[in-house]
Amino acid sequence: MNDTVGTNGLIFNEPLLWEKGAPGRTGFSMPRRDVEPAALDETLAGDGPDFPDLSEVDVVRHYVRLSQWNFSVDSGMYPLGSCTMKYNPKTNERQASLPGFTGAHPLLPEELAQGALQLMFELQEYLARITGMDAVSLQPAAGAHGELTGMLILHAHHAKQGRPRSKILIPDTAHGTNPASASLCGFHSVAIRSNEKGVLDPAVVAEAMDEDTAGIMVTNPNTLGLFEENIREVAEIVHGKGGLVYADGANMNAVMGVVNMADSGVDVLHLNLHKTFSTPHGGGGPGAGPVCVTRELEPYLPIPRVALGEDGRYRFSEDHPDSVGKMHAFHGNFGILVRAYSYIRSMGGHLKKASQLAVLNANYIKEKLKGTYHLPYDRPCMHECVFTDKNQQAHKISTLDIAKRLMEYGFHPPTIYFPLVVHGAIMIEPTETECKADVDRFVEAMKAIAEEARTQPDLLTEAPRIPKVRRLDEVTAARKPCLSG
Amino acid sequence: MRYLPHTEQEIAEMLQAVGAEHLNDLFSTIPDSCCTLQQLDLPDPLTEWELNEHMSGLAASMAVAPEAKVFLGAGSYDHYTPAAAVQLLSRGEFVTAYTPYQPEVSQGTLQAIYEYQTLVTRLLGMDVANASMYDGASALAEALLMAVRVTRRKKVAVSEAVHPLYRRVVNTYFHPTEFEVVEVPYGKDGRTDLSRIGSLEEMAAVAVQSPNFFGCIEDLQAVSERVHTDAKTLFIVGFTEPLAYGLLKSPGGHGADIACGEGQSLGIPRSFGGPGLGMFAAKMTYVRQMPGRLIGQTMDKDGRRAFVLTLATREQHIRREKATSNICSNQGLCATASAIYMASLGGTGIRGLARLNYDKAEYLKTAFHDAGLAVAFGSPTFNEFVIRFPEGSEQTYRRLLEKNIVAGLPLVRYYPNLKDHYLLCVTETASKEDMDTLVREVAS
Repeated sequence: MNDTVGTNGLIFNEPLLWEKGAPGRTGFSMPRRDVEPAALDETLAGDGPDFPDLSEVDVVRHYVRLSQWNFSVDSGMYPLGSCTMKYNPKTNERQASLPGFTGAHPLLPEELAQGALQLMFELQEYLARITGMDAVSLQPAAGAHGELTGMLILHAHHAKQGRPRSKILIPDTAHGTNPASASLCGFHSVAIRSNEKGVLDPAVVAEAMDEDTAGIMVTNPNTLGLFEENIREVAEIVHGKGGLVYADGANMNAVMGVVNMADSGVDVLHLNLHKTFSTPHGGGGPGAGPVCVTRELEPYLPIPRVALGEDGRYRFSEDHPDSVGKMHAFHGNFGILVRAYSYIRSMGGHLKKASQLAVLNANYIKEKLKGTYHLPYDRPCMHECVFTDKNQQAHKISTLDIAKRLMEYGFHPPTIYFPLVVHGAIMIEPTETECKADVDRFVEAMKAIAEEARTQPDLLTEAPRIPKVRRLDEVTAARKPCLSG
Repeated sequence: MRYLPHTEQEIAEMLQAVGAEHLNDLFSTIPDSCCTLQQLDLPDPLTEWELNEHMSGLAASMAVAPEAKVFLGAGSYDHYTPAAAVQLLSRGEFVTAYTPYQPEVSQGTLQAIYEYQTLVTRLLGMDVANASMYDGASALAEALLMAVRVTRRKKVAVSEAVHPLYRRVVNTYFHPTEFEVVEVPYGKDGRTDLSRIGSLEEMAAVAVQSPNFFGCIEDLQAVSERVHTDAKTLFIVGFTEPLAYGLLKSPGGHGADIACGEGQSLGIPRSFGGPGLGMFAAKMTYVRQMPGRLIGQTMDKDGRRAFVLTLATREQHIRREKATSNICSNQGLCATASAIYMASLGGTGIRGLARLNYDKAEYLKTAFHDAGLAVAFGSPTFNEFVIRFPEGSEQTYRRLLEKNIVAGLPLVRYYPNLKDHYLLCVTETASKEDMDTLVREVAS
């Protein structure tokens, strides 16, 4: 494949910030001083931080150069499984940067903040309608924060019943953060094996579920990209023992407008606005992880909640004595909520089409590559499909080599070595915003790499050569940590 | 729809390739009993231009500068951000990248966060900083949980002069655990009352905030000495206004074991309270007990300097339920924003700007005092301070709201004993004229 998307180009070396600049330079227009210097207790004063002095040009070139070393959704296809790297619409950025939003203080009196409150109230409503759940809190700042909120709700519910519980069931196809979120609430995780079809077996759940178990954390669709088709039976079993069903909705992009989460037996669900609802990932956040619950669990949602008064004014309501409390200093990542709201208002009913096309793209890739790469679960998938390196192992080629070589073709690698239930996993989530031509190019690249694995394995084991740096010495990084300069 | 690129022709070809007739067939593995959403009950899609109008309308209802004069701080601060910083932060290569799991194609994010970590350690005088937490409140909660892990003790002490909303988040995190949070009262001077700390024997940590919620600069040296009378107890210094450390002696300089707080004031818009930046730093001794992501320096196979996520064995995806935290996505872009801002200021600039902020607040505080209003606490302050308004302060406050002036934060809702007390904040963005108007209006 000669005509790849990835190619060589001129980028620049750039030192660390403190290796450039000169004392006395500045990149800041110091505001005019219209007051006299005041007395300062010198015992409180320090020497000031040892920051480099840089000009505005120094700063601009520095960060532009750094940015050019990144792969991003804006530059190419980013099929990172379970991360939903869909296109991040630019109009959302425009809306979030409106001065009325960016300049707003979080503790403004309610009457001076009606626009923000209305937006939050309506977003809660929309998320409830999209998921089929009854009530929503927008406070959690990320997916794992939403999981923690969900676990706190389970904990509060059982405490309210007067029967605290100590365990939680977590399938082997759940998201990686789930056990850590549960243990913050003191729940001991009980691992549940998925069956030969890659989904939960109700009999296995029934065996593990007892009256000391708070519930189950199900990622649905799961991390194999499969819908947990027995979810209703699983929910009945869990509910039968007084437990609750928590759904990790990180993979909601597969089922918008299709699945009613409440009717599928879910009691608590978190969403990742930075996945399903198109807000950008920012190189590791900020995201937002709203939590949706059934009517029964509404009293436990974090406070303050956003409500609409009978006078038509929006307000914060604090009077919810059973609430788990506050999760965030203020109202969560409001700027992210603005972006998700803008997306939903732009898409409306097209959200269902987005899910359909996300699933179509994933199934198309699955069909096109299943003769080339080992497909451990050959079933209709949802928004992502999971292959392995089993066929390439004969040539001593691993998932890691395939991932690194893919960079040189101009694609971000898929999620690799996850889920753990599959050895050498290659988890591909194309999302709906990749057109057929780009998906075809990706398929061709993957096939070309499989061929190279057979004929020119060095191309893979030595990859990548084109990016700013080659493979890193991660062992030394961890053994002798150098975490600041 | 412009975000959905598939033509009908392409959909037909792809459906054929996967052996389906209709898009709905793709969902055949989902039981009908789960598919009860008949259709999405959402408003009709807006065009880009209709959306602009709608959103501008919502934003227009918000009270913001310059039309409104907002003297609110309390954990969210108004500072000027250079246009260059805003532009740089909007680069798609930073904004639309994921967590840097593939270091070869993520060196931009990785170096930027490594530099952020470094600037934070220098600002706070600490050994090691992580790649960020959600906000100042969750950073404090995680710091206290970390102290519990380090010391294997079950009690933590938090000053009542720590942001009351942060303390509520701490209580949320601690509620389901077997650990206990005790509060240390503040004294008449507005600082934490060291005589009320009590026995440290079972205490995992003592946390104060400086400048504290009242704007008072804590005597960190005295607190540090008191806390370290017990060899195991950790000294945690929180903050909501890190710009103060452009001027003040750093937490690390006073012997803090952990320093954590909110970094919004460093070049991040207030944005109705989020996204902000949870800053988190510690002594190197405790690095393996720290929550959150860490970026480390290493080399690539050709010997070039490079950066990578490291010490991941502390984290949720490796250590599972024994992880030091469940945090995964953090506030990476906000960390980058603050690094760009700190780089723009430089060492000389941050010192000058911090001093200007200090002087402005002193000007306003003195003006209130000269107008006959009581400054509630005598301790030195930074950017914020508490004023006792004359009798009938609620009417005054409401009257000023009608003039588009938010005269600080009424403290009575957080501290019932502080009736008529208002927390006022000024930064470099408040002009002398605005401050004079405020004092005149309150005193009249």
